[in-house]
Amino acid sequence: MGWLSEAAKAYRLRWKRRRLLFRAVRKRRQLHPVKDRTAKISPDAILVFSTVRNEIVRLPYFLEHYRRLGVAHFLIVDNDSDDGTRDYLARQPDVSLWHTSHSYKLSRFGVDWLTWLQIRHGSGHWCLTVDADEILIYPHHDTRPLAALTGWLDQSGRRSMGALMLDMYPKGRLRDHPYRAGDDPFHALNWFDGGNYMIRKKPDLENLWIQGGVRARVFFGDQPRRAPTMGKMPLVRWHWRYAYVSSAHSLLPKSLNRVYSEDGGEMLSGILLHTKFLHVVVDKSAEEKRRREHFANSALYDSYYDGLMENPDLWCDGSTKLISWRQLEAMGLMSKGGWV
Amino acid sequence: MSVGIIMLVHTAFDRAEQVARHWAAAGCPLVIHADKSVPRDAYKAFTKAMSDLPDVRYSKRHRCEWGTWGLVAATQSAAELMLEEFPDVRHVCLASGSCLPLRPVQELKDYLAERPHTDFIESATTADVPWTIGGLDHERFTLRFPFSWRKQRFLFDRYVALQRRIGYKRRIPNGIVPHMGSQWWCLTRQTLSAILSDPDREVYDRYFKRVWIPDESYFQTLSRQYSRQIESRSLTLSKFDYQGKPHIFYDDHLQLLRRSDCFVARKIWPFANRLYDAFLSDKAGVMKRTEPNPGKIDRIFSKAVERRTRGRPGLYMQSRFPVEGRENGLTCAQYSVFEGFGDLFENFEAWLARATGTRVHGHLFAPERAEFADGQSVVNGALSDSAALRDYNPRAFLTSLIWNTRGERQCFQMGPRDRIKKIEWDIAKDPNAQISVITGAWAVPLFKSNRNFSEIRQEAARLQRAESKHLEVLRSQWAKARIRIWTMAEFIEAPMEPLQTIIDEIGQQNLRGLAEVPKMADLTGFGQFLQNLKNQGMHPYLMGDFPVAHDPHEPQHNKPKPYLVQ
Repeated sequence: MGWLSEAAKAYRLRWKRRRLLFRAVRKRRQLHPVKDRTAKISPDAILVFSTVRNEIVRLPYFLEHYRRLGVAHFLIVDNDSDDGTRDYLARQPDVSLWHTSHSYKLSRFGVDWLTWLQIRHGSGHWCLTVDADEILIYPHHDTRPLAALTGWLDQSGRRSMGALMLDMYPKGRLRDHPYRAGDDPFHALNWFDGGNYMIRKKPDLENLWIQGGVRARVFFGDQPRRAPTMGKMPLVRWHWRYAYVSSAHSLLPKSLNRVYSEDGGEMLSGILLHTKFLHVVVDKSAEEKRRREHFANSALYDSYYDGLMENPDLWCDGSTKLISWRQLEAMGLMSKGGWV
Repeated sequence: MSVGIIMLVHTAFDRAEQVARHWAAAGCPLVIHADKSVPRDAYKAFTKAMSDLPDVRYSKRHRCEWGTWGLVAATQSAAELMLEEFPDVRHVCLASGSCLPLRPVQELKDYLAERPHTDFIESATTADVPWTIGGLDHERFTLRFPFSWRKQRFLFDRYVALQRRIGYKRRIPNGIVPHMGSQWWCLTRQTLSAILSDPDREVYDRYFKRVWIPDESYFQTLSRQYSRQIESRSLTLSKFDYQGKPHIFYDDHLQLLRRSDCFVARKIWPFANRLYDAFLSDKAGVMKRTEPNPGKIDRIFSKAVERRTRGRPGLYMQSRFPVEGRENGLTCAQYSVFEGFGDLFENFEAWLARATGTRVHGHLFAPERAEFADGQSVVNGALSDSAALRDYNPRAFLTSLIWNTRGERQCFQMGPRDRIKKIEWDIAKDPNAQISVITGAWAVPLFKSNRNFSEIRQEAARLQRAESKHLEVLRSQWAKARIRIWTMAEFIEAPMEPLQTIIDEIGQQNLRGLAEVPKMADLTGFGQFLQNLKNQGMHPYLMGDFPVAHDPHEPQHNKPKPYLVQ
């Protein structure tokens, strides 16, 4: 009766997806357009979708990086920033901006809002769903723009690509490395945990649940189950019927989560360099701890925030220094697959 | 005499035009075929832009879907037009809109002029080269394929299965021998016209219309009928991935393409400005007389196919997560596991590290923490010694450790005290593991300890149960590791012999035999200790037979120095 339970599961997931889409459609009223430049989007444009809150420090480099890769348009939801983020974004010629002051958590960490924007504007486009502290790199990213990557994915019959979140940190205490908006954040944040990732396959959505990295090592050494999920599915050739399930970690329909090979081969994949541990995180953690908007059971993460507020040194003897994408590829953190 | 170019285009017209102008400027007449599915406006704009070129013709348009007859039909029409319109042409090259000449066109013309009767067409029989896609090789020629592989895969597969079941086979006309090869060829006028004006062409066309991917076999087969001299290779460099789709060349391939010395390459990414600029700027310069040599860059592409299909053994990551049995090896390198040695010898770890030059850890699966070598709390790859993290996914822990330290052999201790339930099967089934066990040696620390005897008895019973379960795993038929098991009594009879064997197998530097021996624990009274356990109703049997009265073991220093192997 294997096929019967498979069919039942598929049916359940289909309804789950519909529920998520319905949620997103309902939540559209929470979004107020600040600057709508979506009319400028051309049919083959690669789009970035993001929810931000007080990211004025990270945004200049973020925009620059993705522009350099050939992103044509940014669709951004501002969740009530008060540090000038909104004005800054509204001034950018390739940004469409919406504002909301509703709860980030109740919007499934911004996913409902973005799903609505993706229904409206993403269908048919290659869409990147990333946070302001996530910098996507992939094999050959220094010589080949995103359009080359998406073209290759198209030719290989793929609709999505996975990326591992790699927490980058400085050597020494976080506050000792001040960062100025616009600089390359990886001058200071040039260390990472290279080989302590733990993977299991989720039975329902068939995505890989990847944990590990510096946060698991430093903050969750005694409760690994709570360690943050490091696998993401940021790049998708979108269709309005698709939906992210939990943040950008998994998608429906579940076939989109098949960004890995199970027969021993390697598929093409990328890395999201995570700039969370810029010096600003120390102060921001106090605010996040108070707002309780970032985890489903926020109280369980108090010690994590406490640890961050102590301005820790995350570096250890086993840390690896970032050199290039080729290094990350050789270490097996991402793979070229068959893309020469 | 000149070289005619047939160009099949369906997209990226600006690039097609750029390349066409390049050919034309070198005096090559062109026949261009545009796919029928190209919108009329785009086609018109394209032809208009090229209207200043005198020697360009446009052939009848066919719909070209991958793997179908349309591509052959398009080539036939274009070739007929070429032969008819340009009587000067001696060689005809088939190219696509995404082909890029890598060497000055004059070099190609000279090259062909020196070989006026040679046809350059890759052409091999299916028996010789296994070009299988979708599980079909010779059956391409003996089954029927009315359904599209790309759009109607389900029907395609079902129909193939049906024909196989009923044993259907098409007759191959006139006894021709099917050949296959790259669809990008360069044929002489003689051969090409013979194919096109063959009295039996009707028969061949009808046959090949139902062959799968006829563009890789029509000219390849028929040229064998007429050619005076076939060079079975393509002048066009093109590489295919494991799905049979062409590799795309980008700006960073510039040096690679130069190195190949090929005349033309395909397929070029339309936005690869640097490639187009570099190769189309045609600095006549020094003429190279070198033969095209795609073999020089073959390794890179065959490695890519292997990476995609086999991956790196022992690596588990976001886009490689093999199911059990498909790992090509659980771990990426050999490692050694020692059980009981650390109990029996007082300084075993330090000794082993000195004797073999490997990295020797303590009990990696100890309940308190992973005892990394030198008491480190993290090792390569920032792998933590936290027991909770390790036990959360012990397999990830082990495979990461071996992966992170590749190039340096790892050894570690294991024993019945450790948390091995979730990992012992993995290690036992791993051909990379070398497992050496002295059974019952866990009793030595108990014997040395200063605990109450009732506690010791309880602990001994627990450890014996755990180890005997573990031994079942090691002795099971699924165990693939190199496993050696001695009872403790057996081992201490002649300890150096097995040690020497193990260390030879690890096979690092150590060529002079063992210079130094590990210090065995003082076992005076151990026999009595075991007897006491027996007297308490707990029968220790894993250590083998120890006589109660006198000790079988003489202290180490009284023994002669162990013999040297080599």
